Amino acid sequence: MAEIIVVTSGKGGVGKTTTSAAIGTGLALKGHKTAIIDFDVGLRNLDLIMGCERRVVYDFVNVINGEANLNQALIKDKRVENLSILPASQTRDKDALTQEGVQKVLDEMKKTYDYIICDSPAGIEKGAHMAMYFADQAVVVTNPEVSSVRDSDRILGILQSKTLRAEKGEEPVKEHLLLTRYSPERVERGEMLSVKDVEEILSIPLLGVIPESKAVLSASNQGQPVILDDESDAGQAYDDAVRRLLGEDIEHRFLSASKKGLLSRMFGGR
Amino acid sequence: MSQLELFRKNKIKLGPMQDTEAALDSEACFKLKGSRVTMTILELYRYDYKSFNDTLSSTVSSAPDFFQQTPVILSLEKCPADNFIDFIELGELCREYGMIPVAVRGGSEEQLLSANVAGLPSLPPASISTRSPEPAPDTAVAVREVEIEVPISANKVITTPVRSGQQIYAPGGDLVVLAPVSAGAEILADGNIHVYAPLRGRALAGVKGDDSARIFCQSLEAELISISGNYKVNEDLQGSLWKQAIKAELEGDQLIISPL
Ligand SMILES: Nc1ncnc2c1ncn2[C@@H]1O[C@H](COP(=O)(O)OP(=O)(O)OP(=O)(O)O)[C@@H](O)[C@H]1O
Ligand SMILES: [Mg+2]
Repeated sequence: MAEIIVVTSGKGGVGKTTTSAAIGTGLALKGHKTAIIDFDVGLRNLDLIMGCERRVVYDFVNVINGEANLNQALIKDKRVENLSILPASQTRDKDALTQEGVQKVLDEMKKTYDYIICDSPAGIEKGAHMAMYFADQAVVVTNPEVSSVRDSDRILGILQSKTLRAEKGEEPVKEHLLLTRYSPERVERGEMLSVKDVEEILSIPLLGVIPESKAVLSASNQGQPVILDDESDAGQAYDDAVRRLLGEDIEHRFLSASKKGLLSRMFGGR
Repeated sequence: MSQLELFRKNKIKLGPMQDTEAALDSEACFKLKGSRVTMTILELYRYDYKSFNDTLSSTVSSAPDFFQQTPVILSLEKCPADNFIDFIELGELCREYGMIPVAVRGGSEEQLLSANVAGLPSLPPASISTRSPEPAPDTAVAVREVEIEVPISANKVITTPVRSGQQIYAPGGDLVVLAPVSAGAEILADGNIHVYAPLRGRALAGVKGDDSARIFCQSLEAELISISGNYKVNEDLQGSLWKQAIKAELEGDQLIISPL
């Protein structure tokens, strides 16, 4: 049975697309048939981060409108087996997403895929609502600052009231907190909220903490999900998060400011 | 906040008065009379702070002298039912521009509740209110059987976090919350409120005027607490009991907070 996982946040620019690409790729690397859908209609950039922008012919909205079938629109990843991307349209707006249309596409995808990752647009309007409506699980991406935490809190309320599971009174959407762009140095200086602060306010289980990392930008410049950079701190943190999502119990790392030892300085550890 | 003050003042206290007709022939100190007045209606299509403020300021700038302490009725009949309206905020904005909201008309249950908290009564929808039925003239006393549904208990227990933007109301009873109440969330009860977790949002107990209602919470971090319209805001709360387990109750008009 396929699991639908929405990656959402409320606030913009916190790392949803980076996370969707990393987690989707991570699940596929572990042998699960995975698709990532870009719900950010009008502003597509999942295909850029995945490095498949030149292979886009048809998109999500085309499939909803019956202008293309799913197999024509899905792009198979060239590096990772079991991974496909359903890109968003750049020329349409979010009203092109209808609940029936989204449901039709998801129902068809559920037959083939183990995991369907929905990369939500920012905000709490239609696009974000469509991305979360059919979800079984939610990864709530949060930066360690007050406004992002507040928006995540709001999204959590919506997840528990305005999703199909909520409306049908089924078991609620399973929530995961993913803290991204975490900088232990800045937390120590009191410029950012700590993991503990955020956990206390949101009170949902912590899936992972992704450190602020140069590796993210350079990966996205190369059109490579950062999880493929297994030397980098962010790549490793995302890999941990994927393992936790699959049920492994792994200790959290990258939580405190690195006190670089002599060895790591000599060998240029990141 | 001044709306809440208004709400408090509006809880009319009837005291002895002289010089009314009725006083001549009985103990009564006032008499109620029906009357018709023409009122301005503010028809709301949707509400958010910014667009409301913008529309108000442009409306008022076109006729700066038109609104001078003018009472208005807020019509919610064309406003989407799920549009959350903070009537305290809305009332403040209106008064800045010389309009005084006195009642709401139409609106969803949630909107009416929020209006109620801000001290705004609701009028029946337009179609009904235009003609009031005359009582049958020759029956002095009409005896009618009315079925009243008496719930066994009107208390409400919430076990999941109450998140920013959410509002939970326990009409006719107590509200018990076993999870955190976030900043930006609002919980209300006609009776007491218990929060066995941090209270970071707004909590209003005794919203229908029960002065004996109390609020209990495990950790006081609230934006506002209010009992029967007597309130304290965040900055008044940040004293020695901040983040402590507390109870809040009324002594006269004073909201008293003490450790649990
Ligand atoms: N862990 C990280 N370290 C450093 N930079 C990061 C990290 N995560 C994300 N970023 C950067 O933050 C920016 C926003 O990331 P991303 O596009 O993933 O966010 P988003 O939530 O999808 O944004 P939107 O709301 O616009 O869809 C990008 O420039 C990305 O490179
Ligand atoms: Mg994005």
